[in-house]
Amino acid sequence: MAKSRGWLRETFHKSGSPRWFFAGARSWMIALYALGVGFVVVGSIWGLAFVPPDRLQGDSFRIMFVHVPAAWVAQSVYVACAIAGLVFLVWRMKMADMFIVAAAPLGLTVSVLALATGIIWGMPTWGTGWVWDARTVSTLALAFLFFGLVALRQAIPRAERAASAVALLAVVGVVNLPIVKYSVEWFTTLHQLPSVEIGARPTIAPVFLWPLGLNVLGYYCLAAASVTAALRAVILEREADTRWVRKWLALPDADRAG
Amino acid sequence: MAEFLAMDGYGAYVWSAYALSAVGLTAIGVWPLARLRALARRLRQAARARPEKRPRPENTEGSP
Repeated sequence: MAKSRGWLRETFHKSGSPRWFFAGARSWMIALYALGVGFVVVGSIWGLAFVPPDRLQGDSFRIMFVHVPAAWVAQSVYVACAIAGLVFLVWRMKMADMFIVAAAPLGLTVSVLALATGIIWGMPTWGTGWVWDARTVSTLALAFLFFGLVALRQAIPRAERAASAVALLAVVGVVNLPIVKYSVEWFTTLHQLPSVEIGARPTIAPVFLWPLGLNVLGYYCLAAASVTAALRAVILEREADTRWVRKWLALPDADRAG
Repeated sequence: MAEFLAMDGYGAYVWSAYALSAVGLTAIGVWPLARLRALARRLRQAARARPEKRPRPENTEGSP
């Protein structure tokens, strides 16, 4: 077998090892927290104070800098959960299941943020906080799916069956994502068309792209840091009576290091 | 400054959206770290309370 393929295999196998992840992830978790806070603080101040108001929406458009990143992160976290669900169903990799445990509450929080900031933005610009249209309803469905991933696990007493059911829900729920994404193009909706898309020229002025980009980057860093921290907690809980966890607990700085 | 806070009449909307986002982001940032710490402390106390319990053997790690 080619050497590179052996390396790839080894990394794949290692990533399935809770012990390896727990030890290795701590340093980049700290780096992601620092980057995330830095990007979001700078991006938000930039967006609030250092870009001119929008020609049509005035200063209300500044909500975009916290609304768009939340919506993107919510959708991305769902994609990650769906992939993890598939990996768990196919290979029974327990780290994939633990990832969903760690990421679902984060996804729920971020999708609620996207909805709430959208409602607040809608009040002055649409004249109403809520409309029952494709974009809002599919985003609401995204929040319910995340809630479902949390609630379903707690509703099924046997851990193995719960893990399979949650993984299946994560995979099936992915059909909602194209609806979220294309709802503004397929259906008549009050929601504006996307201003920034991968592989297309942004339709907003370049001055607005800097704070938006910083906040998007910051939200992704914070989400990754949060999932990593949560995943380490889940690992610690599930592996509590293994020898390596007991060894780690005996270290003098185990509480502090987290 | 007052003009900046007023946001051309959109102040209530803009600031509530940012405040809510700050609360949400703080929650997702802090909550898992707090959970990790509390869990580590609890497990340590439990380990100290009953040290006679045999740990699971090494070779079960990593496999489901």
